[in-house]
Amino acid sequence: MRFTKKDILDIHSLDPAEITLILDTAMGMKEISQRPVKKVPTLRGKTIVLFFQEPSTRTKLSFEIAAKRLSADSVAIAKSGSSMAKGETLMDTVKNLEAMKPDVIVMRHASSGAAYLVANRVNCSVINAGDGIHAHPSQALLDMMSVREKKGCIKGLKLAMIGDIAHSRVARSDIIGFSKMGARVSVCAPQTMIPAGIEALGCTVASSMEACVADADVIMMLRIQKERMTDVLFPSEREYAGRFGLNSQRVALAHKDVTIMHPGPMNRGVEISSDVADGKYSMILDQVTNGVALRMALYYLVAGGSRHADTD
Amino acid sequence: MRTLIKGARVLDPGNVDGYKSILINGQTIEAVLDPADVMPENGTDFKVIDATGLVLVPGLMDIHVHLREPGHEYKETIATGAAAAARGGFTAVCAMPNTRPVNDNSQVTAFILGKAKAAKGARVYPVGAVTKGSAGTQLSEIQDMQQAGIKAVSDDGRPVENAQIMRRALEYCRGLSIPVFVHAEDLSLVNGGAMNEGPPATFQGIPGIPNAAEAVMVARDILLSRLTGAHVHFCHISCEESIDLIRKAKHQGIRVTCETAPHYFTLTDADVKGYDACFKMNPPLRSEKDRQAVIQGLADGTIDVIASDHAPHSKEEKDLEFDRAAFGIVGLETSLPLSLKLVQNNHLTLENLILKMAKNPAKILGINNDITPGNPADLSLIDLKEKGVIDPSRFVSKSRNTPFAGMTVQGRAAATMVDGNFVFGLWA
Ligand SMILES: [Zn+2]
Ligand SMILES: [Zn+2]
Repeated sequence: MRFTKKDILDIHSLDPAEITLILDTAMGMKEISQRPVKKVPTLRGKTIVLFFQEPSTRTKLSFEIAAKRLSADSVAIAKSGSSMAKGETLMDTVKNLEAMKPDVIVMRHASSGAAYLVANRVNCSVINAGDGIHAHPSQALLDMMSVREKKGCIKGLKLAMIGDIAHSRVARSDIIGFSKMGARVSVCAPQTMIPAGIEALGCTVASSMEACVADADVIMMLRIQKERMTDVLFPSEREYAGRFGLNSQRVALAHKDVTIMHPGPMNRGVEISSDVADGKYSMILDQVTNGVALRMALYYLVAGGSRHADTD
Repeated sequence: MRTLIKGARVLDPGNVDGYKSILINGQTIEAVLDPADVMPENGTDFKVIDATGLVLVPGLMDIHVHLREPGHEYKETIATGAAAAARGGFTAVCAMPNTRPVNDNSQVTAFILGKAKAAKGARVYPVGAVTKGSAGTQLSEIQDMQQAGIKAVSDDGRPVENAQIMRRALEYCRGLSIPVFVHAEDLSLVNGGAMNEGPPATFQGIPGIPNAAEAVMVARDILLSRLTGAHVHFCHISCEESIDLIRKAKHQGIRVTCETAPHYFTLTDADVKGYDACFKMNPPLRSEKDRQAVIQGLADGTIDVIASDHAPHSKEEKDLEFDRAAFGIVGLETSLPLSLKLVQNNHLTLENLILKMAKNPAKILGINNDITPGNPADLSLIDLKEKGVIDPSRFVSKSRNTPFAGMTVQGRAAATMVDGNFVFGLWA
């Protein structure tokens, strides 16, 4: 199978065969990361621009390491270094970037749909590294990769997702991706964090934390954004931790070889207790390792594998 | 100078419906004649207009328009806005006061009227701000503006957030017999939202605006209208909850009227796709259930008026990330064809549509626009048959921000007459 998409903008626009191809390719890339010399010449001569308009150390580093392992040249533009601070619009900035002939633009932006707007204007590939509260496809794909690696497949699993669903692009991409691949997704949060019509994305809303994690094969915890406290989404961290925190008693309700995940960074003691985060079911650091491999796969598929950016 | 318009079906709801000839003398309607009547002498200063195949109606009025001048002339000027109105079939528009400076004093009112007079398009009835600078804290000099020519007051673009100030504004306006146009929006419930709260917003990750953001303010101002007896006119009603509240208030005899805009009965939040900011307006496009409620509200008379909330913006303000782009769409040149779809789909009779686009707006402003001898010759001629496609590149408005580009429509304004002169159409 050939990968024919120019861009990776969200999970919704990928079909199950494409997702499988990405995950298979990522497994091959993971092998490269385990070699003593973790570098292959696959994307030599290709230019990758990391265009991050919103602070992110972890995702940016992951994309950057992935580029280096494939021998691509990567350049990062941070918010302060871009002309956006001088009043230039997103479209102007991106048209300027494109004039420098990159092969791939990796984009992180605070506005939902920003990567979508950019992809429509430029001929090079665009990988969405997170746009507003819309999508974070590489995170969802690395989550799927990690679960598939651990459980052998995704189909038929029960995924419990707990936390701020309303303001999470990871939640949206994970719900769509896992349900597309045949998992049953159940979400749980205070009602203030459940957005209208979330079921339409392919999940059910659980009545309680206990109901959500019962017999779960995978528990995905989401970060509580403390800055959202001003928006009165919950009264206190103490009360939140009591109702929606993952601790060992709640883990015990899940399937006996449950996998526990978190896209990070974690608030220990709020949404997840330390013994669970560091415990034997936790796959949180494997997610980070797989993230690099998965991003290598995305680069390879859009810029090197079956499609040539320079002929587009 | 006398003009005879003959051959048209003259439709003035509750007054005239039939094939009549309209005799105009100077700026005024002189007579409404049967075709069989003996025509006046053909003189040198006499013109006959053959309007066969058209419908002649009282001047259409769009009571909710943003003309952007003074202050934002790059989006629209009074001249381009008045021309766009005339092209859309409107003989008059109400210009909202959120210009820069705000129309909160008689000097700005006089400036607008002066520009409008020179523009020779549709008439412009300025709306004055309720509060100084539309800041919601101090009442404007409403009587002074009324003497200068405002027909209503509004802080449109913003709600009057403080209920006590709203109460005082309503009491004051009641004494002046001037209606208050309400932009019903609870800003704390909007909370940074950019489209309707619901599955499409959730799916696209766009912060949502609930129906209640509109309806709670509608509820508050119905209660304040009841308290004060003032005439409250609700702008751009978009959702079922508001319509239910207004229907009930009307049954109770409370002095409220309301308008909706063509986009609310034509589109829904399911049409907001591809992060195209031409689909971004305030209030936002709602659900199908709300769209049906708007149509029902129009049909049963709860909604009195169709206005466009013509909100021109430059390309630069729309070609942005969805959450950063400006709210609002242009509407003057698409309002009539989109509204005619209601007639084509049997939701409204043509007579009912003319009530909502000509007679009721006039009544709210305290203007008599009957087609009757002695009244100003402000007339709209409509071609019900001609089919076309909405093409923003042909707008005479300065701005192009419409979600209707490429939509097929049937019917359009054929000619517009203000004060006995054609300001748009074949005979202009
Ligand atoms: Zn408004
Ligand atoms: Zn308005």
